[in-house]
This record gives sequence, structure tokens and C-alpha cells, in this order.
Amino acid sequence: MKTVKKIIGAIVVLVGLQTMAQQTPAAVQTEILTITGATAHLGNGATIENSVLVFENGKIIALGDKAIPIQGREIKAAGKHIYPGFIAPAKALGLIEVNAVRASNDDDEIGDFIPNVRSLIAYNAESKVVESMRPNGVLLGQIAPQGGRISGTSSIVQFDAWNWEDAAIKVDDGIHLRWPSSFRRGRWWIGEPRGLQPNKKYPEQLDELKTFIANSKAYASDSASKNEGFNEMKGLFTGSKKLYVYADGEKEIIDAITSLKENGVVSIVLVGGYEAHKIIPFLKQNNIPVLVQHTHSLPSKPDDDYDLPYKLPKLLTDGGLLVGLENSGTSNFQTRNLPFYAGQIVGQGMDKEEALQLITGNTAKILGIDGSYGTLEVGKSATLFISEGDALDMRTNILTHAFIDGREISLETHQTELWKRYEEKYSRD
Amino acid sequence: MRRTTLLLLLFCTFQAISQDYFPKNDALKEENNNFTAFTNATIYVTPSEKISNGTLLIQNGKVVQTGKSVRIPENAVVIDLEGKYIYPSFIDAYTGFGIEKPKRKTGQGRSPQYEASREGFYWNDHIMPEQNGIDSFKYNNTSAEAFRKEGFGVVGTHKMDGIARGTGLLVALNNDLGDADRIIEDALGQYFSFSKSVTSRQSYPGSLMGAMALLRQMHYDADWYSKGNVRTKDRSLEALIANRGLVSFFEANDKGNNLRADKIGDLFNLDYVIVGGGDEYEAIESIKATNASYIIPINFPVAYDVSDPYLTSNISLEDMRAWNQAPMNPKVLSDNDISFSLTTYKLKKPAEFTKNLKKAFEYGFDKTKALESLTTVPAELLGKSDKIGSLKEGRYANFLITSGVLFEDETVLYENWVQGNKNVINDKDQKDIRGIYEMAIGGKTYALNINGKAAKPKSNVSIGDTKFPSKLSYAKNWLTLSFKDEAVSESYRSVSIIPKEGSDFSGKIVLPNGMETGFTALKTGDADDDDKGSKEKKKKEKPEIVPITYPNVGYGFSEKPKTQDFLFKNATVWTGESAGVLEETDVLVKNGMITKVGKNLNSGSALVIDATGKHLTSGIVDEHSHIAALSINEGGHNSSAEVSIEDVVDHEDVDIYRNLAGGVTSIQILHGSANPIGGQSAIIKLKWGESADQLIYNNSPKFIKFALGENVKQSNWQSFNRFPQTRMGVEQLYVNYFNRARTYDTKKKSGQPYRYDEEMEVLAQILNGERFISCHSYVQSEINMLMKVAERFDFRVNTFTHILEGYKVADKMREHGVGASTFSDWWAYKYEVNDAIPYNAAIMSKQGVTVAINSDDGEMSRRLNQEAAKTVKYGGMSEEEAWKMVTINPAKLLHIDDRVGSIKEGKDADLVLWSDHPLSVYAVAEKTMIEGVVYFDKEQDAQHRIAMKEEKNNLIKMMLKEKSGGGKTKPPMKRGNKNFDCETIN
Repeated sequence: MKTVKKIIGAIVVLVGLQTMAQQTPAAVQTEILTITGATAHLGNGATIENSVLVFENGKIIALGDKAIPIQGREIKAAGKHIYPGFIAPAKALGLIEVNAVRASNDDDEIGDFIPNVRSLIAYNAESKVVESMRPNGVLLGQIAPQGGRISGTSSIVQFDAWNWEDAAIKVDDGIHLRWPSSFRRGRWWIGEPRGLQPNKKYPEQLDELKTFIANSKAYASDSASKNEGFNEMKGLFTGSKKLYVYADGEKEIIDAITSLKENGVVSIVLVGGYEAHKIIPFLKQNNIPVLVQHTHSLPSKPDDDYDLPYKLPKLLTDGGLLVGLENSGTSNFQTRNLPFYAGQIVGQGMDKEEALQLITGNTAKILGIDGSYGTLEVGKSATLFISEGDALDMRTNILTHAFIDGREISLETHQTELWKRYEEKYSRD
Repeated sequence: MRRTTLLLLLFCTFQAISQDYFPKNDALKEENNNFTAFTNATIYVTPSEKISNGTLLIQNGKVVQTGKSVRIPENAVVIDLEGKYIYPSFIDAYTGFGIEKPKRKTGQGRSPQYEASREGFYWNDHIMPEQNGIDSFKYNNTSAEAFRKEGFGVVGTHKMDGIARGTGLLVALNNDLGDADRIIEDALGQYFSFSKSVTSRQSYPGSLMGAMALLRQMHYDADWYSKGNVRTKDRSLEALIANRGLVSFFEANDKGNNLRADKIGDLFNLDYVIVGGGDEYEAIESIKATNASYIIPINFPVAYDVSDPYLTSNISLEDMRAWNQAPMNPKVLSDNDISFSLTTYKLKKPAEFTKNLKKAFEYGFDKTKALESLTTVPAELLGKSDKIGSLKEGRYANFLITSGVLFEDETVLYENWVQGNKNVINDKDQKDIRGIYEMAIGGKTYALNINGKAAKPKSNVSIGDTKFPSKLSYAKNWLTLSFKDEAVSESYRSVSIIPKEGSDFSGKIVLPNGMETGFTALKTGDADDDDKGSKEKKKKEKPEIVPITYPNVGYGFSEKPKTQDFLFKNATVWTGESAGVLEETDVLVKNGMITKVGKNLNSGSALVIDATGKHLTSGIVDEHSHIAALSINEGGHNSSAEVSIEDVVDHEDVDIYRNLAGGVTSIQILHGSANPIGGQSAIIKLKWGESADQLIYNNSPKFIKFALGENVKQSNWQSFNRFPQTRMGVEQLYVNYFNRARTYDTKKKSGQPYRYDEEMEVLAQILNGERFISCHSYVQSEINMLMKVAERFDFRVNTFTHILEGYKVADKMREHGVGASTFSDWWAYKYEVNDAIPYNAAIMSKQGVTVAINSDDGEMSRRLNQEAAKTVKYGGMSEEEAWKMVTINPAKLLHIDDRVGSIKEGKDADLVLWSDHPLSVYAVAEKTMIEGVVYFDKEQDAQHRIAMKEEKNNLIKMMLKEKSGGGKTKPPMKRGNKNFDCETIN
């Protein structure tokens, strides 16, 4: 009877897991782990062949060639590859579950200037979409509000958590600003041509924005009458918070950087940057890192080089800028293709390790989490994974193990479970 | 007494022509049957028939005689036109003159309107052949005057609204007489277009292809109706039938639509007079092949304001070229012997007509042709050559009197006579006073230089080299001149009458102190024209016209690429056949075919391409694409089987080029997924540079799009009144349509008379196994349902596209015999893709289903090799099987696998040379060929980039010049991506 109960209990647990579909977060690392024999891609441009990587209590404690002694449990990974966990910036992961189902969307609040709207508290740590990032090596993300002018404040999370509090690795890290465009769509329903035409309101929109920033700067935090919006902006002027400015056109980028600097914003990150390659010296001079739009996009103008989106990150990197990849313009589920966005640039002549940096070390630096994440280095978090082959290529990105802060996470998802369920169905026939 | 009568008659020569039975109470009822004779003029009876020193005799608004020796009756008023010219006045066959444009119906309901708002008419509100222009016509004096100023005497007009618009009318621009006289024809032609009426919100047709289908069905229905087969009344069809003998005008508005209109015409033996778009020069061969008559607008694009380099960098080459090339359209049309008349239609106002016409002359348009296109040609195409368009006997006395040869810069239009009524544009008796004069005023001698146009001269006042600001006006023989002597800062004002004889003139002048005194201007010489030098220079400078490319957009070829024989040497060849992947192998291409695969092949005369270290594959086939189309969804009905994407292929879409650069050679352009029964597909090859019809496969297999789920039940947007709103309804809709199609087909085959119905024809083809279904599908229940419906009607579904839950019913699919065309890894964008998994392709494939990976996306389509590679990652497909998912498998699904999809002797040479393993994210397509023609080549692409940059720079310089020369400009425009997918409604 007791065994029957046990069996039933096990079945209940199994079935429960299947129907709930979310994977249970992994327990804290208790034993020391050593991965041996793999090619370690450090995320800073370097590799170590036949490496030994040791981590304890969530941190890498030793990394090098086979001279490094094995500690604790050994994971043999000869012929395989180790990478730092990939980082997806500027995404609304966990804020949207199903795009077309309005009830599941929490990414875009109404209002133009709402820096005090915070993504973190709406982040769904149990999202099935977030879970599907992990089997491709995407383990960290910056969760950013969408829409409006100043969309709100982001936070950076890891993708194996019970709730938003234990997911957070950097709370309220930056404010996201969507720069106005100097072109606007023709209102064809009132007889304007359908193409894009100069936005006459552009100067006005710039002015509005500058006024808001100036007021934020002037606002005294201890003021008797509270303004949460202004208050949220204060960190921009001390550098404790970054400003992520989304701009694509040459003119818009120059306008944005110039006026934000003039208004005392200390740390600016350009997001998108479709025409950034035209003004590399300007960006360099202003020390602006770029989270460039992902490579799997179409040229935005008919005469642009067909491969401009493929090579844009390379052009900026070659120009000496600090570059990461973002995919704010696509659906959330696409974010698992982040490694392949980087792989695409290799076809344009970029070195593979350099391409890898665009989704690891560089991104960590840009987001300001490079103290713990982004590269495989002693002292940093053991947020990494093992792949059967080259993780930047679709054919060979096949994960066997993944760790977030040393915790070995599940690589199962709602999708792998369905796969197995139907493989099982057909194997019965 | 007799003398008085004569005098009286002389004074009121052009009174109303009497209307015998009309009483008159406000004056005496008198008649005037006098003649008017215009003598000593150079008369163009027609553009090619010139009479020097001739006489034009008119009476009662009509031409009595034209000739060298015309006997002038006694009761004739003689007007001596020594040195002047007479031309027939112009005809604009296509205007909206005097008919107000209807207002757009506003007030959006909660849901779209699917049914017609009228009863007793055709079932579609946009079909209004019963409408008559005359009913809403109100003659407009001001507008008529604007037309007359440009030389027009007669215009055709109609209500410019709707797809079938009813009849128009022909109006003489005669302000002096009423409608009884000036309306020459009150049932002029029938008018058609592809644009819906603004007065109704009825959804159908929501697309160009829908408008085409609707027009075709309208004609079929009219035929059926005319044979007495319909028991109810349809006033629309009755009008269409009654007006069958009239000229049919089709407002097409661009080169592609010209051809579309012509195709409809051909189907029903209708010769449309096509109102073009002004871009015919881009497709002149196809335009010529229509054999149609055209009405052509000359609203040439104005230059862009390119002074801001940032904004300028957004203008496409295509748009820049249009500014440069469009003015050559009339010349190109006439060089190709296409019959066309010119229209003011599309111009903001008639006043722009002459200016734009001059531009066409600068581009080499022949002036006699121009006159024909404004007189004899429009008269002919309106079927009114016996009334207008020439000065032959019996025609309306509609003519122009000019100072010289028409269309010359110096020539002044004096008078525009309409139906024998004079309208003065410029005073012909006004003396030409241009010259240099001396005026002695207040102890000083001023030089007055009167120059510019004889009718509207300008003045320069100076002493020695010092010039003073001055203003001159001259009309009705009175001249006023004011100027400011800046040396003493004082102003003078003068007024003089110009004497008929002599070269000097005198008048009075108001001195600065207010005193008046007389003065005389003594002519000392001929006018000295300031601008003369530059004008002459301008005249001689021929415009630089940038060459047309194929297609005439960025990345177009300067010459259409030709087929060549090739030998690929030492490639890694992915055959896609049982031979597998062959190392160091040669492939020989001859006459567009793969003729040999093997080692160490002899090249013969073929061009050798060293493919060592590279991979050669057959071109990628995309089963589900929405690029290269002008419309994708006809969402106006729940079934739109009658529409076809083949009607709306867009050969100029740059995504064709981009797809080639991603190794794609064949695609199926599917209708969208708005309706359970969508439209017919176009299966095309991406032959960049060829015309739309050339892209479509020869003997193309016939396909139609079906769709299931959220889109067809309109779950994700505001629409609640169209059946079906549930998956339950979707099944019943299919059953209903197939039942009807079977009944239709049975009747048709029985030999009984039947109403030809395009929609039913297409559905019957499905039942008869002649047309294949590619069905947009997501969840297993609906997939299963459609297979059961098909089985009930004894046919098989050919392909499930998307098919994201196909893995749940793969066994049933195999049994049914349906193929699958799916995304590699898409999900989470809507509720019905909750269970979409990237392992789908692998599971279905293992169960024996033919599986393809498709794009449904203009971006992903150019990386389908990578999407195929994902099946290796998700589900462990072998690399060879993965590759087949984007080549031979989709070719099988499309029934074109006997021609494309693998490298096999005898197949089309649709090949791609890759820099690397074709499934690798690192691979780049270096060459893409279709039937032995290289349409994409990386090196050639690099040359395109340089050439485009240079051409743009050149055009920008020209535009800057245009602006600094005082030309009009408009702000820069940017073209975005169209990015159609299944859910695009247009």
C-alpha cells in the first residue's frame, strides 16, 4: 500500500510537471564541479583548448589548461565547448507571454514620459518563453519596458528563478528612451502618400524631451511635493543609472548623443544604431557603446546593401566601438536565436571569438554587469554552458549542461516535453 | 432700316443661337445668322494639314469652310489675322470637370461592412454603372476658364468614384451658352477603375486582385443577366448592358495596372481606352503589346529638396530617377507609335499643363505629335471626330488664335474660341512695345528698356550703369510705369496711352512733389533682353536622362542578363538526390539546363567557374512567401477563391534581389490567411529584371490558399459579424462551399446553361483534382477536420502550411497523404501556437510526411538554409535530409520537382554557389543562377553599389541645380519595407 502511494505520488509529480510545464529552479551549488577537456570560449576574445574549469559556490575558482587540478565532481567534456551564458539586452522577456493575447502583455504602459514604470515587478520568472531561451545558451537578460518616449526602467535578471526577486541580478539598471524620428509614416487615410515623410514635429518632440530631462535634473529628491518620474531620472546625472537611447538614423543619433550629453546624462548606450556606421568617429569621440540591432533583419531602405544588417556589428567593431547585439525589434521567442545573430557576422569576415563577445563580454560591459558575468574568469559567476559543438552555428548549438551561478539548470522546456511526449506516442505504434 | 439691322447684327454677332420653341421675355427674340471670317491666317485644319494665308469661315458656332480661297459671304464679320495662327483647340478626354468628388463615408462601425448598402442594384456597392455623370453635373465657369487658358475647348468628364462608375459627358467650355448648347454628348462612355467608391464601406474588394476579380465577375453576370436568366431586377447590370456600345475608359494609373486593365478587356473583347500613370516608359514593350489607346497624364514629379544631406540619404534611387526620367514618357510613347492623348488629370491645376508639356518637349517630344495628342487623337478615341478635334467643315468652331507657331516659347495664345464664342486670353491687338526708349524728366534723361514677353512686358529704368527699381503694367493699350530714382530717393508714376501708329508714346507723369507734367518716351532701339543669353543657353542644354534599368529600381541591370553555359569545377555538390553529397565534382550547365554531373568534365565552350572549396546546391524553394506581390489578402469575403496572386506579381520588389542573395530561386507567393478559402497562388522564379508575367512558371501547377484558426475567425482584431467566428463554423463553411461547387460543376458538365462563376470554377477544380490546397493551419483539431472534409469530398489536401501542431497528427497526415511546410522555430506570437515546437519538422519527417521549411517572411526567406539547419539541432535530422527541406521537398509539395529542387541531369540550372557548408550560419551565397542566367553575383553586387552611389550623386547634383534655378521641390520621401506576411490585409 505504501509503495502504491509512493508510485501514485511519483506519477502525480510527473504529471504535475508536465502540465505546469515550467521547470523547477535548480538548487544552490553545493558540490565543487570541474569541467574538463572542452574548448573554453572565454567571451573576451580568447580560447583555451582542452581546458579545465572549476567552480564552487557559484563562482569560478580555477580556469586554465590541463595543469589545473580537478576538484569535486568531474564533468568530462572532451571535444565539447564551454561558453559564458549569453546575455540578451533590451528585451521584454517575461513581460509578454503570447503576443496576440492582450491579457498576457505587460510590456508597454501608456504615457510618454514614465521612467518610474519598472519592468522588474511585472517580470514573469515562470514564463514558458523565458524557459525556452536556456537550451540555446541564453541565460541572462535585461528586461526592458517598451513603447512611448521614455518607456521606463529595466532590470537585469537570470533565467532560472522562482520569482522576480531572486531572478534579479541588477535592479533598476537603466532607463529606456525611444528617440523621436525625423521621418514619419504618411497618413494615407487622409490622402498623404504611404511612404515616410519628414516629421515636422521632430524639433517639437526633441524640445519636449529636453524639457523633461532638464526638469528631472532640477528636481530635488527631498522635495516636499514628490515627482516619481523626475526622481527616477536622478541616477542618470550621477552615472548610477544608464540611459539606453533607441535611435537608428544618422541625424537622430547625433541629436540624441549631443543633447543628452549637454543635459548632463553621464552614461549613454545607443540601441539599434542602423546608421551608426556612418558616424563612427563621432560615437568614438563621445565614448558611446552600441547595442546594435540584430543581424537577422532586412535593410530598412531599398537601396541599402542587402547584407548591411549582417555586417553592421562588424563595421562598428572594426571602427573601435564597444558593441553588443540586441533584438528589441523582434518577438520575444526569437531571442533564443541570439547566438546565431552573432554567427551571421562571422560570414561577413568577423573572427568567431570576436563575434562571441557581442553576446557575452561586451554586453556585460555595456550593461555594467561585467564584474560577475559575461566572461569565463576566475572570481566571476559560474554562469556558463557546455555545447556539443560550435554554439554560434545552428547545426552544432546542442547543449548538454548549463549553469547559472553554479546551479545546474534544467534544459527541458514545455517544448522538449511535448517533443518527448509525441516521440513516445509514435514509438507505441 | 436695312442698314440699322445690319449694324445691330454686327454689334451682337455672337448672341445665343436661337432655340426656336423657347419663349423669351427679358428681351426681344432676334436671330443672328451672320458669318465670321478669319482671314490671312496660317490655319492648321488638323495637326498635319496646314493652310498658309487661309480663311476660316464660321457660322452659328460651327466651321463652314476652311481654305485658301474661301468665298466670304456678304453678311460676314471679317477679322484679319495677318501673321497669326489658328489651331483646333485642345480636348481633355479625362477630367472631373463640373462634377464634385463624393465625400468619404465616415463613421466606423464595430465591425467591417460585408454586405451591400443598396437594393435592386448589383451586390457590390462599388459597381455603379447605372450612375450618369450628367445627373450630378454643374457647369463651372471658373474652372472652365482655367482650362481655356491652357488651350482646351472641350473636356470629357465623369464622376471619379468607384470601380464601375457609369457614364460621363462631353462638354464644350462655353461660358456664354447654357448646357443645352455646350453639352455635346450626355452619355459619353462607361468608366472603370480598380479603386473602390469612397461612398460605401463595403469591404469587398479589399485588394487590387479583388477589384480585378469583381470586374470580371460583373461582366460574366451581365452576360447571364442579358440572356434573361435572372428573375430579379438589377439596375446596375441593366445599365452596363444598355451602355455596351459606348467607349469604355479604364483608369489604371500605372504601368502595371495598364496591363491588368488590358487583360480584363481581352477576356471580354473590350478595347479599353486606358488612363495611364505616366510611367509607361518603364515597360514600353508590354504597353505597346496591349494595342490599346491611352490617355496619359503629365504630372511629372518635381525634384526633391536635397539640401539636407541627412534627409536626402533616405530617398531611393527609384524615386530620384522618376523625377529625371518621367518627362520622357510622351516621347517614348510616341516613338513606339502608341496612340495616346494627353490629359490634365493628376495635375494640381490645369495651369501646370503648359509648363509640364514644355518639359516633355525639352525631353524630345515632337510638337506635331503633341498637337495630335490634344486634338485628333482624343476626338477619335471619344468617337467624336465628326464634331471636334479639327477645323474641317461642320466641326464646332473650337479653335485657338496664336501669335506664332504653337508651343514655341515666344508664342502668345490670344484667343480661345469655343462653339464660335470668343474668349480672350491675351489681347491680340495689343501692340508690341518692347524696345529701348528715352524719357526726359525733371532735367534727367532716363533710359527705359521694355523687354520680356510681348503680351506681358517688363521694364528696366536706368541712367548710364545705374539701375532703378521700376514696375510696368500694360493692358488695353494703357501703360503705367513707376520707378524710383535712388540717386535722389524719389518716386515717379506715369500713365500713357499707346498710339496705334508710330513707335514713341507719351503721357503724363506725377513728379515726386505731386505735380503732374507731360512726358514722351522716344524709341531709340530694339529691346535688350537681360535673360536672353541664359535663356538661349537653357534651350540648347538637353536634359541628361539617366538610363533605365531592369527593373528600373536600385540593383536593376543595365541590360537584361543572358543565359550562358557554365562549368562548375571541383565543387562539393549537394545533389539532393540519392547520390547524396559529392566531393570535388563538376556540374555542366548548357542552355539553361543541368546537362552533366561528374568528375573532370570537359568545359567545351562553357565558362569555367572554379568552385574548389565551395559548395554547389540547387536553388532554395520557398513554399510560403509573400514577397513580390502588390496585395496579399482579399479579406472582403470569407471565400475569395476567385482572386489570384498571379494578377498582382510585383517584379520590382527589391526583396526578389535580396532573396536571390540568400540562394532562393523559386517561391510560391501565397494569398494571405484572412479567409477560410483564400486566393490562388503565383509560383514564380526570381528572375530579377524580367516582367511580372515572365516570372510566373510556365504551365504552373495550380494552387489555392486555405486557412484555419484564429485569422479566419478574426479572433485578433475587431470584427464580429462575419461567418465563421469559431472552428466549428470553419468546417461548415467548407462543407457549404464544396457542396455548392459540386452542384455547380454537375450543372456545368450536364450541358445546361449555367452562370459562369469564377469562385465556383476554382473550387470545382479542387474537387476535380486540378488544383491543390496549401492550407494555413496550427492546431491539431482543425488539421484533422480539413483532412476529413477533403476525404468526404473525395480529394486530398496537398499541403498544410505552418502546420505547427502537425507533430501531434503526423500519422494521420501520412495516411491522408498530405505534405507539411512549416516554420523551423516560431511560436508564442498567438494563442494557437502555444504548443508549436521546433521539433515539429523532425517528428513529421520521421513519420513519413514530406516536410519543407518555409519563411512566410521576407527576411527569413533569405536565410532558409539556416532555418533548415535548425532541424539538425531540434530533432536530430541528418544534414542531407535537412537540406532537402528547403529544396526538393518544397519542390515536391509544389509539383515542380520534375524541374527544380535538386542537381540532376535534365533539370533546370537553378543553382547556388556557397562559400561554405550550405547549412552553416557562416555560409554566404556567392552566385545564384536560374536557368543558366546569373541573377545574383557577389562581385556584381559590389559594382551595383558603386554605380548606384554615383548615379545618386549625379541626380542630387541635378536636383540642386533645379532648385537653384528656381524649380519646384518637395521634401524627401523614404521608402520603408513592405514586409507582407499572412496577416497583412491590403
